[in-house]
Amino acid sequence: MKLRRDVFQAIADPTRRTIISLVALQAMTPTAIAENFDYSRQTISKHIQILTECEILEQEQKGREIYYQLNPNGMKEIAEFIEPFRKLWDDRFNKLESVMKKYQSKK
Amino acid sequence: MEQKTNVIAEDGKQEILITREFDLPVELLYKAYTEPDFIEQWMGTKVLKFDFQKHGSYQFSTTDPKGNQIGFNGTIHDFTTNQKIIRTFEMENMPFGVQLEIYEFEKLTESTSKLKQQVIYQSVNHRDHNLKLPFKQGINWAHNRLEEILQNLNA
Repeated sequence: MKLRRDVFQAIADPTRRTIISLVALQAMTPTAIAENFDYSRQTISKHIQILTECEILEQEQKGREIYYQLNPNGMKEIAEFIEPFRKLWDDRFNKLESVMKKYQSKK
Repeated sequence: MEQKTNVIAEDGKQEILITREFDLPVELLYKAYTEPDFIEQWMGTKVLKFDFQKHGSYQFSTTDPKGNQIGFNGTIHDFTTNQKIIRTFEMENMPFGVQLEIYEFEKLTESTSKLKQQVIYQSVNHRDHNLKLPFKQGINWAHNRLEEILQNLNA
């Protein structure tokens, strides 16, 4: 089994973010993706590989070509990174609200 | 259902925007951030110092579940009563960096208000690291619980 990479690290790179936004619009072959960059095909392949390992991209074989598209579950995981952070603040604010309400009713 | 607390963390930016609507008059919401008694109650922290004035500073101390003392401190840069607080915030002896916090308090009705909390970090990496902390803690807790269960099974 391949070591699962850090999803956040994957999307921290600007080239990889561009790749994500490209394939978000339509499924693309590695060649079509590479045409959008000045980097070597090899560099872009490496980025695609990282995104695939993180399960942000998924492959689909169409005839002789491999197409890459967004894996909706992978993107969901990124949203879920924020959820515990949001929950932490939600809990704090709920506490704030109840503390101040108690004070308000005592006045 | 719409969430009361919203977090916006755009890709590649070194800031986070947290918004929340409160069932509290704006004066009370502002009090929760400017009076040590209230800060201690809702943040669950000890207030060691709280000199709330322009260029004044504050110092908190929290005890974590393991009994370690964690210190926090910062400086009040500026404020407008019931409207705005600009301050810095730093966790002591931790590699998380200092952050600039801009709090905007807004009156919605006589009994409701809104808070906009903008947090600016030293870098995109610092932001992402801070953003991931609760997630990582969650994973660690789950992992520890799993280990406990496994240990109990083996015992």
